[in-house]
Amino acid sequence: MLGALAALILTSKGWPTVRETFFDWDAFRDSFPGVLDGFWLDIRLFLVVEVVVLVLGLIVALARSARTPALFPLRLLAATFTDIFRGVPTILVVYLIGFGIPALALPGLPSDPVVLGGAALALSYSAYVAEVYRAGIDSVHPDQRSAALALGLTETQSTRFVILPQAVRRVVPPLLNDFIALQKDVALVSILGPLEAFRVAQIDASSNFNYTPLLAAATLYLLVTVPLARVVDRMQARDRLRRSAGPAV
Amino acid sequence: MPPVVEVQGVTKAYGDAEVLRGVDLTLSEHEAIALIGASGSGKSTLLRCIDLLEEIDDGDVLLDGEVITDPSVDPVRVRRRLGMVFQAFNLFPHLTVLENVLLAPARAHGMARPEATERARELLARFGLGGREGDYPDRLSGGQQQRVAIIRALATQPRALLLDEITSALDPELVGEVLALVRELKSEGMTMLIATHEMSFARDVADEVCFLHDGQILERGDTAAVLSEPRQPETQRFLRRLLER
Repeated sequence: MLGALAALILTSKGWPTVRETFFDWDAFRDSFPGVLDGFWLDIRLFLVVEVVVLVLGLIVALARSARTPALFPLRLLAATFTDIFRGVPTILVVYLIGFGIPALALPGLPSDPVVLGGAALALSYSAYVAEVYRAGIDSVHPDQRSAALALGLTETQSTRFVILPQAVRRVVPPLLNDFIALQKDVALVSILGPLEAFRVAQIDASSNFNYTPLLAAATLYLLVTVPLARVVDRMQARDRLRRSAGPAV
Repeated sequence: MPPVVEVQGVTKAYGDAEVLRGVDLTLSEHEAIALIGASGSGKSTLLRCIDLLEEIDDGDVLLDGEVITDPSVDPVRVRRRLGMVFQAFNLFPHLTVLENVLLAPARAHGMARPEATERARELLARFGLGGREGDYPDRLSGGQQQRVAIIRALATQPRALLLDEITSALDPELVGEVLALVRELKSEGMTMLIATHEMSFARDVADEVCFLHDGQILERGDTAAVLSEPRQPETQRFLRRLLER
């Protein structure tokens, strides 16, 4: 199957041209250091945004799961947040924040495109991650809360010591999945101008009429996302094993 | 003996379904009362209402003479004085046996950690679970898990224990070890309200039996008397059905 596909591609009429413009070893070598530099920015941005997303997502999820009637406005706010930032394409959020905030010309607001792009990604991904957390919180049986309350723990203590630890453990694989997506979407910040991997590759490509630098960028992404994906697989397998293991008396 | 828990005219409905329809009950110190009745008769709901895990619609619940169902009463403070054990154990699966027992004394009762740990170990050892402190609940048998759940409730030194069908989810051969533990608690004078389907258990530990039917207590009295010579036709029918099983 794969061999047939490869044969089809390699014998196609346009292959010589494609090979020249996408698989030019010299172009790859020339552009790689620059793209790698840009990729380092991607990695740093990813790590910072990820931490913000984990915290902000949890706060939104907790606000949405709040049970006290008095906290209704908070619940509404959290629901609106997820609706908006999950409902708008990430690239639009990056645009709107990246160009909209500086246009306000308000003193004190950041104007660095990396910061703004990172903030946009953080908002967008927090909405997704909040829903992942919330699914985890909802998946913990209500009896667990009853048991915690019956022991004399407060609502907050029940959430903190009984519900959340179980919820978070369950959603680690889907969380990692969103990390992989975020790791790739960091490239969207390029539309604001920062010289991250995709942007560098794009500039190289258009100045030499050769797309190989883009392939260099893709390779770098794969080097990070594929190992991450394997980590997710292993965690899911371990989770399945633990669930299926009966009690050992 | 002074009353510990008093239930006065308590009603509770979920939507149109009236689960409790005016229940009165007094549980005195060192007394064990068995709550019997068919599934859906309101036994669990009554226990949950006493522990303030459910809000009642009408009536009062008193603990040591204080009305605890008053809106101004902090339910957390009340629950700290009562212990509850559930049908499905409800141990915390992410915590070890020792951590399960420790959680409430350390977090809710502000006991110093070394002291709480020592007490928890003592309790576990005393009820045959020494050596299992570091295990997670899913490594234990059902009977062991339920014993840990009882010990977890005991660790907070409750005024009374509310036991909700604690043997119903157990394999028959594991029921005995749990009942033995409760029997021991009874001999030490623990005040207990026990919802149960095990009539032999009720006969063993309960001073009194209450028969709950359709959200009302139809018959109550001395255990032996109610179980061997029930007066109400509903009670007779219920006990006969149990024997036929």
